[in-house]
Amino acid sequence: MSLLFILFFPLVIGAILLVAKPKQAFIISLAASIIELVATILVLKDAAATENGLVFTKPWIEEAGISFSLWVDGVNGILIGLCALMVPFIVATTANSDKANNTQYQGLMLAMQTALMGAFLAKDAFLFYFFFEASLLPIYFLAAIYGGENKNVITFKFFVYTLFGSLFLLIGLIYVYLATPGSHSSDIETLYQTATMLPEHIQGNLFLAFFIAFAIKMPIFPFHTWQPDTYTVAPTQATMLLSGIMLKMGTYGLIRLVLPMFPLGIITWGNTAIILSVIGIIYGSIIAIQQKDAKRLLAYSSFAHVGLMSAGILSQSVEGIQGALYQMLSHGINIVGLFFIIEIIERRTKSREIAQLGGITQFSYVLTVAFVILSLGSVALPLTNGFIGEFLLLKSVFDHDMIIGIVAGITIILGAVYTLRLIQKTMFGNFSRITKDFEDLSAAEKWVLIPLCALVIIGGVHPTWILNFTEPGVQALVSILK
Amino acid sequence: MSLLLLIPLLPLIGFAINGLAYPKLSKSIAGIVGTIPPLVAFVISLQLFLNFDGQTQIIQLADWIKVADLSIPFAFQIDALSIMMLLVITGVGTLIHLYSMGYMAHDAGFGKFFSFLNLFIFFMLILVLGANFTVLFIGWEGVGLCSYLLIGFWNQKNSYGDAARKAFIMNRIGDLGFLLGIFLLIQEFGTTDYQTIFSTIKDGTEVGNIGLIAFCLFIGAMGKSAQIPLFTWLPDAMAGPTPVSALIHAATMVTAGIYMVIRANALFELSPEVLHFVGWIGLATALLGAAIGLFQNDIKKVLAYSTVSQLGYMFMGLGASAYTASFFHVMTHAFFKALLFLGAGSVIHAMSDEQDIRKMGGLKSKMPITYITFLLGTIAISGIPPFAGFFSKDEILAALYHHDFAMWCLAILGSALTSFYMFRVFILTFWGDFRGTEKQAHHLHESPWSMTFPLIILAVFSVGGGLINLPHFAGGNEFLAHWLAPILPEPHVAGEVSFFSLEMGAPLLAAFLPAMLAIYYFGIQKAVPGNDESIQGIQKIIYRKFYIDELYDILFVRPIQVLSNFFAQVIDFLVIDLIVEGVGKTVKTASDEIRRAQTGNVGYYIFMMVVSIALILVLTLRSRIL
Repeated sequence: MSLLFILFFPLVIGAILLVAKPKQAFIISLAASIIELVATILVLKDAAATENGLVFTKPWIEEAGISFSLWVDGVNGILIGLCALMVPFIVATTANSDKANNTQYQGLMLAMQTALMGAFLAKDAFLFYFFFEASLLPIYFLAAIYGGENKNVITFKFFVYTLFGSLFLLIGLIYVYLATPGSHSSDIETLYQTATMLPEHIQGNLFLAFFIAFAIKMPIFPFHTWQPDTYTVAPTQATMLLSGIMLKMGTYGLIRLVLPMFPLGIITWGNTAIILSVIGIIYGSIIAIQQKDAKRLLAYSSFAHVGLMSAGILSQSVEGIQGALYQMLSHGINIVGLFFIIEIIERRTKSREIAQLGGITQFSYVLTVAFVILSLGSVALPLTNGFIGEFLLLKSVFDHDMIIGIVAGITIILGAVYTLRLIQKTMFGNFSRITKDFEDLSAAEKWVLIPLCALVIIGGVHPTWILNFTEPGVQALVSILK
Repeated sequence: MSLLLLIPLLPLIGFAINGLAYPKLSKSIAGIVGTIPPLVAFVISLQLFLNFDGQTQIIQLADWIKVADLSIPFAFQIDALSIMMLLVITGVGTLIHLYSMGYMAHDAGFGKFFSFLNLFIFFMLILVLGANFTVLFIGWEGVGLCSYLLIGFWNQKNSYGDAARKAFIMNRIGDLGFLLGIFLLIQEFGTTDYQTIFSTIKDGTEVGNIGLIAFCLFIGAMGKSAQIPLFTWLPDAMAGPTPVSALIHAATMVTAGIYMVIRANALFELSPEVLHFVGWIGLATALLGAAIGLFQNDIKKVLAYSTVSQLGYMFMGLGASAYTASFFHVMTHAFFKALLFLGAGSVIHAMSDEQDIRKMGGLKSKMPITYITFLLGTIAISGIPPFAGFFSKDEILAALYHHDFAMWCLAILGSALTSFYMFRVFILTFWGDFRGTEKQAHHLHESPWSMTFPLIILAVFSVGGGLINLPHFAGGNEFLAHWLAPILPEPHVAGEVSFFSLEMGAPLLAAFLPAMLAIYYFGIQKAVPGNDESIQGIQKIIYRKFYIDELYDILFVRPIQVLSNFFAQVIDFLVIDLIVEGVGKTVKTASDEIRRAQTGNVGYYIFMMVVSIALILVLTLRSRIL
C-alpha cells in the first residue's frame, strides 16, 4: 500500500490543483512534494530492511498475464529517491515567480512526478511502458504552454521523436511477451527468463529496438538533436524535470531491462553502443565549449554526462552500474542546481547570453559560491558527489576497453573547459550593463541552493551510505548476467 | 593519533570559519583565525618528528568508495616521508600566512584569502598524508582547485581569470593521466594502498603494466609540477597574490609531483625507461625555464621560470634514482624560493604594485631587510657554498655525473644560467639608481614586521638548510639520507669526491662565473634591459617564451573551437537533423499516400477485401506446401 501511496499521491494533489484551482497553489504543491519525500524515505527504509525489497501486486488484465505490480529494490530505490528528493526543490524554485501560484503549472509538475515514479516503480513491463509514455504528456504541456521562442515547433519535435522511439520499445516488449510460456506474463522477472533464452540474432535485434528507445530518451549520440532545443526552450522547471529525472528513465531502462534481458544481444551490439555513448561524451563536451546561451551549454553538458552513464552501464560490471546509479543521483542534484542558477540570473537580467553577463560575484557572493560548488560536482572534483560516480564509471569503461576508457576520460578535461568558462564569463570580470544592478539572493533562493550544495559535499564524502543500499540489487542483477 | 588528525582538521576549520563569516569578520580576527591552524599543525608535526620511531603508521579513518571487490578507505600514513612534508608545508605555510597578514592588509577580500589559503593547506596535507593513491588524488585535485581560486583571486581582471582557468585545465590534463594510473593500479593490484602495492612489488610478484602505470602517474606529475609540455600555466599563475606564488607555486604544490614519484619509487625503479624519460623531461624543462628566465623583466616571471627550471632539476635527480637528493632540493628550494618570492612581494608592495625590474633599482638603502634576505636567497639558489642550494643541487649533480655524463654537462649549463639570471634580477632591483616614478620613490618603504619576520626566518634556513643533509666531505652525517632510507631503494654508493675534481669544480665555476659576469654587466656597467620593442632576433624569441603559448593556441585551442562550431552547426544541424527530419517527412508522405486509400467508396473497399483474402489464401497455401 505504501508503494501505491507514493505512486499516486502527487497525481491526486496535482489533479486537485488542476481542477479546484486553489489560491495557495505553491504552498500546497510544496507541502505535497515534501510529504511525498518523507513517505518515500520511509518506503526506502523498509526496502533496505528486507532482503529482496518490497513488492506490490494486483492483477490487472488477468487473462493476458498483465498485472499492476510495483517493487522497490536497490536498483530503482535510488531513482525513486532521486525523484522524491528533487521535486520539492524543483517546486521550490518557482517561489515568488509568476509560476508560484499557477495551479496548472504546479498541477502538471505533480502529475509528472507520478508518471516518473510509475516508470521507476513498475514491475510489469507494460506498466513501465505505460508510465514511460504517460510522462510525455505533462512535460509536453509544460513545455508547449510555458516555453520560450519557437516552442511549438521544438516541443512537437521532441514529442514525436520520443514517441517514435518508444514504439520500438513497445514492439520489442510485445515480442518478448509473446515468447513467454503459457498464458503469457509481462512481469519483468519473467521476461528476463524468457528473453535470455532467445537466440542470439533475435536478442541482437531486440537489443537494438530497446537501445534506440532509451538512446532517444537519454539522449545518446546521434539521437540527441531534439534535446538542446527542448532543454533551452522549456521553462526552467520542465528542463529540470527533463534533465534531472526524466532522462534517467533511459539509463534506468538500460539497467533494468536491457542488461538482464539480452546478454547475447550485448555481445553483438554492446561495444557499438558504448562507442556511440562515448562519442556523445566528447561530442557534447566540445559543442558545449562554444555555446553562447548558458542554458544550452548546460543542455550539452547533460548530454555529455549521460553518455558516460550509458557507457558504464553497458560495460556490465558492478562498478559501472553502481557508478551509473550514483551518478544519476549526483547529476540530478547538480544539474537542477545549475539550471536554477541560470534561471536566477535570467530573472534579474532577462538574459542567458554569456557574453552579456559578468561580474555577478560583486553583487552576490553566495550565488558565486553555490555556482562554484555545483560546478565542481559537475566536473567531478574529489570530495564532491560527481567524483564518486565518474570515478566508477570511467574505471568500468577503462576496464572494458583501455582506449575507449581513455577517450571517455577526456571528459574530465573538456568538462573543466566549458564549466570554468561559464563561471568566469558570468560571475567574474567586470559587471556589464545588465548585471550592474544585480540583486542578491532572496531567502527562498538560498533555501534551494544551500541544501543542494550541502548534498554535493555530503555525496562526495560519504557515498557508502548509498553504495551499500544499491549493492545487493546490483549484485543480484549482475549475477543474472553471468 | 587524535592529535595527528588535528593536523589536517585545523586548517579545514579555519577555512570554514573564514569562509562562512566572510565578509563580516574583521581583518585582524580573520588573519589570526587563518594563521593559527597552520601554526598549531606545525607544532604537532614537530612533535611527531621528534617522537618518530621509524615505524610506518597507518590510520584507517572510514570507508570511502566501496563497491564490489574495490575498497578505497580514507586512510592516513605517517612515515619518514610524510613527516618531512608535513614540516615543510606547515612550517613554510605558517610563515606565509603571517606574511599575508601584512601583504593583504589593504585588500577587501582579506578573509576570503585566508580561507582559501587554509583550504589549500588542508588539501596539501591530505595529499601527503594519504595512505593510498586515491586519497593522494583528493589532495592532488584539491590543491589544483585552491590554486585556481587563488590565481584568480582578483577575478575582476579577465586576464587573471584566464590564467586561473589555464592552470586548472592544464593540471587536469595531467590529472587524467594520474587517474588512468590509478585505474591500472587497481587492475593489477586490486587496490591503491601504498603498503599492499609496494610489498607486492618487494615480494617479487610478477605484475604487468608497471611501466605504463609509472608513465601515467608521471603525466600527472608533469601537470602538477609544471614540466614540459604542461609547464606554461605556472608563469601565468603569477597573476595570483605574491604569497600564493610563494606558497603554492614555489614551495609546496608544485613539488607534489616530486613527492609522488618518491612515494612511488618502487614502481619507478622497476621501469628504467620511464625513469630515463623523467630525467630527460626534467633536463629539458630545467634548460628551457632557465633560458626563458634570462630575459624576463617581470620580477615574478623570472622567479616563476626559475621555479620551472628548479623543478626540472628535481626530476633530473629522480631520473638518476637520487631520491634523497631530489627531496633535499625540494626542501631547500622551499626555503629559498619562498624567500625570494616573499622578497619580491615586499618589493612589489613598496613599489606600489610595480613588477618590472627595469623600473626599479637602488632599493637596497630603502629596504635593508628585504635587500639582505633577497641577496641570501639569490646566493642560495645560485649554488654558491656553503648555502643550502649548493648542497642540494650538488647532490643532484653528483648523481647525474655518475648516471649520465651528457646530462650532467647540460645540467651544469643550466646551473650557470640560473646563477646569471638570479644575479641579474637581484642587481637590477637593488643596486644602481632608482628608475621608477617620483611618486613611487616617495612611497618607498621597508615592509612591516609581519612581512620581514618571515623573510628573516626563511633566510636563516636558506643559509643553513644544507645542514639537513650535510655530506660527509663537508663534515656532515647525511641526516636526511638516513631518515628517508627505510622508504627508498638501496642508494648507489658514489666514490669520495674532492674539491679539486671536475665533478666538484665545474658546479662551483658554474655558480661563480655567471654571478661575476652579471655583477660586472649590470652592477658595474649599469646596463639596463631595453624596452620590449628593442628586443630583436633570437633574444626576442626567448623573451616571447619560444612562442609556446601561441603554438598551443594554434594546435589545441583554436581547432577545438572550430570543431565545436562545426559539430554544432554542420553535423548537428545539417547532417543529423536533416536525417531525423527526413525520416519524419517520409513517414508523413507515406501516411498521406495511405490516407488516399480511404476513399469512402464501398465498392473499392469490397474490391480490396477480396484481393486481400485471396492474397492471404495464397500465402497460407504456400506455407503449407513448403
